[in-house]
Amino acid sequence: MHPAFSVIFLTTLIGAGQGLFLALFSGQLYSAVNLLPAQSSGFYITGSIIALVLMVGGLAASFLHLGRPERAWRAASQWRTSWLSREVIILPAVMGLVFVYGVLHFSGWQPDWFGNGMPNQPALIVGAITTLAVFVLYIATAMIYASIKFLQEWASVLTVINYTLLGAASGFTLATALAAWQGAGLTGFYGSWAVILTLVSLITRAASLYRNARIKYKSTVQTAIGMRHSTVVQKAMGMMGGSYNTREYFHGASAAWFRSIKYIFLVLVFPVPLILLWAGLSAASVQVLAVAFVVQYIGLLFERWFFFAQANHPQNLYYQTI
Amino acid sequence: MSQLALVIDLNVCVGCHACVTSCKQWNTSGAAGPLFDENPYGKDPTGTFFNRVQTYEVGNFPNTETIHFPKSCLHCEDAPCVPVCPTGASYKRENDGIVLVDYDKCIGCKYCSWACPYGARELDEKEQVMTKCTLCVDRIYDESLPEAERKPACVMACPTNARLFGDVHDPDSEVSVAIREQGGYQLMPEWGTKPANHYLPRRKTKMHIHEDELVRVDNPLKKEDIRHKTTKDVTLDDWLL
Repeated sequence: MHPAFSVIFLTTLIGAGQGLFLALFSGQLYSAVNLLPAQSSGFYITGSIIALVLMVGGLAASFLHLGRPERAWRAASQWRTSWLSREVIILPAVMGLVFVYGVLHFSGWQPDWFGNGMPNQPALIVGAITTLAVFVLYIATAMIYASIKFLQEWASVLTVINYTLLGAASGFTLATALAAWQGAGLTGFYGSWAVILTLVSLITRAASLYRNARIKYKSTVQTAIGMRHSTVVQKAMGMMGGSYNTREYFHGASAAWFRSIKYIFLVLVFPVPLILLWAGLSAASVQVLAVAFVVQYIGLLFERWFFFAQANHPQNLYYQTI
Repeated sequence: MSQLALVIDLNVCVGCHACVTSCKQWNTSGAAGPLFDENPYGKDPTGTFFNRVQTYEVGNFPNTETIHFPKSCLHCEDAPCVPVCPTGASYKRENDGIVLVDYDKCIGCKYCSWACPYGARELDEKEQVMTKCTLCVDRIYDESLPEAERKPACVMACPTNARLFGDVHDPDSEVSVAIREQGGYQLMPEWGTKPANHYLPRRKTKMHIHEDELVRVDNPLKKEDIRHKTTKDVTLDDWLL
């Protein structure tokens, strides 16, 4: 497939935004039951704004993917069958919920509804709903790709797991830098989870690389044209120049560059941020932690490019030679 | 419930691209406006076509055969492009099974083309909407045309009659009989999309020529007096000078 930068930015930006929200809410939840020190509302407000900015950026990028963005509102209509529709509905919903979550922290309105002295109960309730919506959004985004069964590199539960874990890992790395910057007492908590999520996502992403390297394609040129002979070679694809089919379904990179992207993302997403997280946490340095996030995010751009480029569409069997 | 479809006989397709050009001509002058073309006479010509003829070589030299393989939308009975469409622009008609795109609803997200294993959909780069074979829905129901011409443009244009058109759910239709009697098959059956269009396979044909069919009375221009000596198994090559 030809990776579109709009979709690369969409999936990585909202993934990090969702992960950051998960970090914020888990921090608040732990504080509410006194497992972690309570934070000022300013920390949650800043965090919510950053999460929102990331998701708005992702949404803006997604519009660039559309041929007819002025009709984008129609895309919510087929939620019964299309994962893309489901994503189009749940993404604004998550953004709205994160906004409400931020506003509730900003309002200073802290009623004690349950009479158990827990701080900021409205935000806790909205946060719990948002957390659920965040996971639904991870699933909806990943299922857009995982539900196409003949794109065998994508049609796997690992796609959903990786989208969720990689998004959460980058979000928690960002939360670590944010907590250090805001002087919140959650740096160690977020840092530990960022390390854990990065390590777990390394395992699951490596698993999908392992799986994809061993795929046996169901479609062959024989099934594509129905000729039962072991030697079938395409001699002409019916056009002299290119077409939509030749542009959209091939990444266009050389084999060496394609392979090196895999190693670039494996280095940038996993070991480098882990070292920077460790260094930043030991030195309590905001800059190093921020660099950890930036490096991991850039790595994720390569990771997503590779994810799209690696998928081998069976239609290419019809477009092999000029 | 009918399911209109094309049946393409690979045994007689000669790869002349008449179906491609007639399809382009008919659909580019249709109500939906011209199909995109860029640099038609330049270095990198590109454009939108609903139908393309591709050529494959089967076998190892010298035992090879050339297969000319026309491919357009197969109007799958379980079309994977339809459920993924986020706007409902891509739909399958209940009454005749034709898969169509509503150009006024399409947002150009390309998801349907990803979901088509056959590469039958092409984005119109100028209009930024997805286009595909309509089975000439505007021809086949046009009552101002003589009844014999209410067929897709590609079927009308095919000089070798390699393309049949009809209802594959009607067991007595020309296409159903052809599929049944000549071993019609579907493309990529492994994905369960159940394409409505079928292909008729290449067939082995043999011709026996006996020596007495080549004597002067049947073949007045043949100068058999200068022919080479023939073997018992007479072949055409034996008559070459």
